Amino acid sequence: MNDINIFSIIFFVIGVLFDLFGCIGLIRLPDVYNRLQSATKSVTLGTCSILFGLFLHYGFTAAGLKALIAIPLLFFASTVAAHALIRGSYTFGIKLWKGTVKDDYKDVKK
Amino acid sequence: MRYITLFLIMFILWMLFTFNGELPNIVIGITVSLITTLIFGRSFVKDTKKFFQPKRYFWIIVYLIIFVWECIKANIDVAYRVLSPKMPIKPAIVKAKTTLKTDIAKTFLANSITMTPGTITVDIIDDEFFIHWIYLSKEKPEEYTHIILGRFEKFLKRIFE
Repeated sequence: MNDINIFSIIFFVIGVLFDLFGCIGLIRLPDVYNRLQSATKSVTLGTCSILFGLFLHYGFTAAGLKALIAIPLLFFASTVAAHALIRGSYTFGIKLWKGTVKDDYKDVKK
Repeated sequence: MRYITLFLIMFILWMLFTFNGELPNIVIGITVSLITTLIFGRSFVKDTKKFFQPKRYFWIIVYLIIFVWECIKANIDVAYRVLSPKMPIKPAIVKAKTTLKTDIAKTFLANSITMTPGTITVDIIDDEFFIHWIYLSKEKPEEYTHIILGRFEKFLKRIFE
């Protein structure tokens, strides 16, 4: 770990920052739908960035390739999970935030 | 035919994941891939010929570059909304019509939407996407349909259809 690549450090820092933004959003935003926005987007990109930094550090070895393959898996898992959660909470009847300006989905659900 | 394609994809993925060329590992890989293929083969893509057309892979690479760029832009946008003291959000659930036909293309479009500018796919009913948007910037349906779907639709059409 002595001669760690400067590029992988950059990717680590970006990743950790985006993870942090995602967590701040999770606390600050008003309702479950908006919180899911920040939880999926920022955290997925942050974690992908950390994994890409790992790949740059290890190169084409066993560990590096595993980090690289984990990116699409994480990507699909988090998007599908976000979709399932947001649809589930709507079906369950959780109210949208009072500042919500439009709801086209309401008509279909009835 | 589609069972064979799925088996090959699963096996290659297993070999990359374990990164180990010994015989016991290969045997385990074949067994696991076979089980997966038998369970999920029914719901795999019908038209497997598309896997062997090199032109599609070129468009996948183009799509990936654009997608990563959009993804980074989206994240900076969301980070700005989260961090700024006033929190400029204006959430809405909007309806958008797509022109894509196949199921797999729609799946990819929905996943791409979930990852980009403040939008999450809530539901897909036939060719209508219901999208939760963190900041509704345009009022007319045509305009926001173009903003949300337009960027990816043309590439996904070339990749999957």
